[in-house]
Amino acid sequence: MTSIMRRLAWPLVSIGFLVGLVGLYQRATDGHDMANYGSYIPWGLWVAGYIYLIGLSAGAFLLSTLVYVFRVKRLQPIGKMALLTALVTLFAAIILVWVDLGHPLRAWRLMFRTNFSSMMGWMAWLYTSYFVLLMTEFWFAMRADMVACREDPGLRGRLCGFLTFGHNDDSAEAVERDHRILQILGSIGVPLAIAFHGGVGALFGVIGARPFWHGGLTPIVFLVGALASGGALLTFLTAVWGPGAGTPEHRRTVALLGRMVLGLLAFDLLLEWAEFSTGLFSSVPALTDSIEEVLFGRYWWAFWIVHIFIGTAIPIALLLLRKSSVTAVAVATGLIAATFLTVRLNIVLPGLSVEELEGLQSAFTGPGLTFEYLPSIGEWLVFFWAVSFAGLLFLLGTKLLPITSERKVA
Amino acid sequence: MPELLQEQSVLVRMRGDVERALEKPVEDRRWAMVIDLRKCVGCHACTVSCVAENKLPPGVVYRPVLETEIGTYPNVSRRFMPRPCMQCAEPPCVPVCPVGATWKRDDGIVQIDYNQCIGCRYCITACPYSARTFDSGHTYTENQPEQMEYELLPSFEYQKEWPRGDGGDSPIGNVRKCTFCLHRLEEGLLPACVSTCIGMANYFGDSSDPDAVVSDLIAEPNAIRLKEEMGTEPSVYYLA
Repeated sequence: MTSIMRRLAWPLVSIGFLVGLVGLYQRATDGHDMANYGSYIPWGLWVAGYIYLIGLSAGAFLLSTLVYVFRVKRLQPIGKMALLTALVTLFAAIILVWVDLGHPLRAWRLMFRTNFSSMMGWMAWLYTSYFVLLMTEFWFAMRADMVACREDPGLRGRLCGFLTFGHNDDSAEAVERDHRILQILGSIGVPLAIAFHGGVGALFGVIGARPFWHGGLTPIVFLVGALASGGALLTFLTAVWGPGAGTPEHRRTVALLGRMVLGLLAFDLLLEWAEFSTGLFSSVPALTDSIEEVLFGRYWWAFWIVHIFIGTAIPIALLLLRKSSVTAVAVATGLIAATFLTVRLNIVLPGLSVEELEGLQSAFTGPGLTFEYLPSIGEWLVFFWAVSFAGLLFLLGTKLLPITSERKVA
Repeated sequence: MPELLQEQSVLVRMRGDVERALEKPVEDRRWAMVIDLRKCVGCHACTVSCVAENKLPPGVVYRPVLETEIGTYPNVSRRFMPRPCMQCAEPPCVPVCPVGATWKRDDGIVQIDYNQCIGCRYCITACPYSARTFDSGHTYTENQPEQMEYELLPSFEYQKEWPRGDGGDSPIGNVRKCTFCLHRLEEGLLPACVSTCIGMANYFGDSSDPDAVVSDLIAEPNAIRLKEEMGTEPSVYYLA
């Protein structure tokens, strides 16, 4: 089963990448005309997709610190894969939120005209720091293996040779030094990842005008969601592309990851329950509207069927009952990672879909002056393009770089 | 002469209020609007004049009139509530702007710099009154064989010219909002919605001037502001 997934991946992401280009073309030529978000629902699929992908990145990165900071032996083989996952999902997230801007060419202002009273201003700096740290850490994690694969035939060997940038020392001391640097970088990375993803949560949490977003729990929900979904994605990728597939070693690693994801998912559910129950039983009705929209509104199925049934109940059953089967863990974690998009959509949209003043929707009509939103086909195409782009980068990475090979220290 | 005609029109008085305010330094002015809900008949003339004055494209609106139906048939009445930008003293939309492209002017008007705004729409989410809208670049003659010239006419917001081309230049791709017709105020004119109101339900002036019409009205016991509990301190008052 995992070999079928491996074979299907290339054609799937290639098609997604090519078809998605149509959406990008539309965005480039028609501007925001092509999208269904507007004035009353100013953020749509792209913003939800961005917090989904950036969550996957933060989650995968935080798990990589188990290898590089906390030196968990059992997870050692998946360190580089975790970093690669964090990197490609970061790319996709940034592209998605970049095309969402009304004036993408002014994005540089985020860095050079930053208003630090805005959480979004902080994001620009935190993401840049995270990107630099991630690239540096990735390089140090790969250096010794790239030295080893310089001799490989074809493009892979040439690429490895180039990317070492002449640092070809593969003595035990040099490798040990790399590990120490990785530990330092990873240690900086832990608070940084918590800051930037907690920060995305805070970006929503500080908005007092939207009771559904507002509150101190929001950043925590974002972080735990990131760990659950990013952990699930990493487990899925490890199960399918992981080092030493088929070996008992690989099975044990996947089983351990599966158990971790189960715990994280359970914690995420607890937070979801805490938020929804206090909201529903709230003594003032302002918060209740958004939650009722999620649970019983027109898109109730996104919560109950996609998130709770497909993305939670089935995976939990698989992770509990078939925990030693690599295929079962792959299916379970793949479902969690994929369906987590609905969790993100159910954060962004219900917060916006409640009229702030009664009668606003019918007061004036026009494109975007509505509280109803379904992403346009163009929006979906751009989203699939971004996800496929990340997938393509991941597949290329595993093919051309020594992601899954473990160098034997001399 | 009949008594009614001897009395100076409130519009003329308010023009005088604006002119007096303009003689003061900008930081001493406090522009404020008072809307008498008992006089509003829901004709939407203010909305239409605002769209015309600011050349607003489809999907952008600064001053919709909200209608609420009260009671059940046959005992029904309707309430009309125009909703301009509240020009809050503590505007929630300002601190969230990641590039500082929106700020509160000294005279109380919350301004957007169209050339700085990156179009992230974070401020739209932060406004408790939905007073900000996004210019997605729609045109009224979309998908028609010919684009009408009036679509390309510039708006004069913030006393600059903002023509509407095809290139997606500002104000397309920006967040936009009511400016209390700052460009008119600076020329001594009342905001378009105030001049156009058929029932004279709209009052405007400098609330720091004790002789201004608005100063009297704001002091009325039936003057209220929307969502007071949020502490945003709107400059728009309603007489209920």
